[in-house]
Amino acid sequence: MSKNGPLALCYHALFVAFMLAPIVVVVCVAFTPEGYLSFPTDHWSLRWFYAIGRYPEFISAFWRSLWLGALSSAIAVGFSVPAALAIARYRFAGRDAMTALFMSPLMIPHVVLGIAFLRFFTEIGLGGTFVGLVLAHIVIVLPFALRLTLASAVGLDRAIEHAAVSLGASEATVLRRITLPLIVPGLMSGWALAFINSFDEVTMTVFIAAPGTETLPVRMFLYIQDNIDPLVTSVSACVIAITVVALVALDRAYGLERLLIGRSVDAR
Amino acid sequence: MTHDPSVGVRRRHLPTSWGGAPYLLGLPALLLFAVVVIVPLAMTVLLSFHDWGQYKGIEPVFILKNWREVLSDPYYGEMFWRTFRIALAVTVLGAVFGAPEAYILNRMKSPWRGLFLLVILGPLLISVVARTLGWALLFGGNSGLVNKALVSLGLISAPLPFMFTETGVVVALTHVLMPYMVLAVWAALQRLDPQVENAAVALGAGPFTVLRRIVLPQVMPGILSGAIIVFALAASAFATPAIIGGRRLKVASTLAYDEFLNTLNWPLGATVAVLLLVALVLIVAGASRLVERRYAQVFG
Repeated sequence: MSKNGPLALCYHALFVAFMLAPIVVVVCVAFTPEGYLSFPTDHWSLRWFYAIGRYPEFISAFWRSLWLGALSSAIAVGFSVPAALAIARYRFAGRDAMTALFMSPLMIPHVVLGIAFLRFFTEIGLGGTFVGLVLAHIVIVLPFALRLTLASAVGLDRAIEHAAVSLGASEATVLRRITLPLIVPGLMSGWALAFINSFDEVTMTVFIAAPGTETLPVRMFLYIQDNIDPLVTSVSACVIAITVVALVALDRAYGLERLLIGRSVDAR
Repeated sequence: MTHDPSVGVRRRHLPTSWGGAPYLLGLPALLLFAVVVIVPLAMTVLLSFHDWGQYKGIEPVFILKNWREVLSDPYYGEMFWRTFRIALAVTVLGAVFGAPEAYILNRMKSPWRGLFLLVILGPLLISVVARTLGWALLFGGNSGLVNKALVSLGLISAPLPFMFTETGVVVALTHVLMPYMVLAVWAALQRLDPQVENAAVALGAGPFTVLRRIVLPQVMPGILSGAIIVFALAASAFATPAIIGGRRLKVASTLAYDEFLNTLNWPLGATVAVLLLVALVLIVAGASRLVERRYAQVFG
């Protein structure tokens, strides 16, 4: 394979600068010692990070986002295990339709889902509740959980299961001792990808979150709508830091490329 | 829309089930989706036919008032035209700049390749609010960094307005959605056989000819499927146009948001949302069909 020329490398440098610029700017401005938006010039300060402590709504929104992400991703993985086994192992009428249905939250614009959930939850008395948020997030992260669960269920060597059966294991034992342990890595990365997507979701959640059940991205979005000050940059810097740590861990554990390729329409 | 490769390939090895096992396994998720996806979507479609008044609120009747209003008032026509114009611009910019980058990335050596793939795809997982905030800071009125850089490079003489303009929304959205395009082209490049390139070089083709005659035709399906994804996401994007476009520059999703949470005219907001969904499904399904038909002949 031939190497990249100098022109290609210049283009690459500009491209990477473009991709990183907004993220770097947010992180830099977060360290400003001034009371207004500016770049730290002579010295850096943590005053805006300490300031987050004086805004309990950001802190509580952060914990809520964490719980919401962990809970809805875990439940989504729970739903996707049997569904993935059905899709991976059987050919049946409606198999493609079933797959398409489970993948549909990727294709329906999140604004439309937000509106539909708002209407639905208001009607059944779950409007603005945490339960409503969990239900909505299970649905929107299920495609991510299902995709990775499905990949590991398809890649599973059936000969191991057949060996267990021929040695006298019952169907339940095979499932518990062979099948599930073998797909656990897929389940864990499915959970992680689902968690990140739930943690970042803003478009749909902004419709169904009420004051008191706002998630962190929603709180940040609503704050930015009113005014942009260094406080929201320091909150963003924290979110970016958490995501980068998760990203590197995920890349080491599973390989980001494997995780993302084949990932299709994810409306934001 | 897009096919999961794992679904089709192994089909011939699978046992055909006439019993209930697969349905039983899929049942929990099917029930969940029936109640939490299909019912709410149906309710939204129904909502778009309801009446609404400032004082009477939502009236559960079946009328075409909202649809007539949205389809005949030029205000909504202009807003939908703006939405799709922005989406098209983002798609074209993404393809023009993203595809070459995927190609360069693919030719890199081992440690750099993985590192830069992480740097370019990573932003996909960083909160879209944080990334858009970055652009708001970079644009920041006349004294923003982007304008300072452009003026000092001599590219422009006076600062350009980016905040609250379509240009700004297009630039920020291109950044937000760029990883999808790189990802799609990257995936297509992985299926490419480098020996074909080498054969072309051995037969005397210059680097430009190889790129144009060998590489481009083979990655075109990747570019097109990336373009479909980016278009669909750009047309339904919410946070970025809301923050960069502000309250004056409305697109379909921010208008629906306003109708729901500020004006409280839910039936009208539902009409806008359903129309966006229908338009997107038609465009995306049509484009996918076209791409599949075009390339089915080439690759069988």
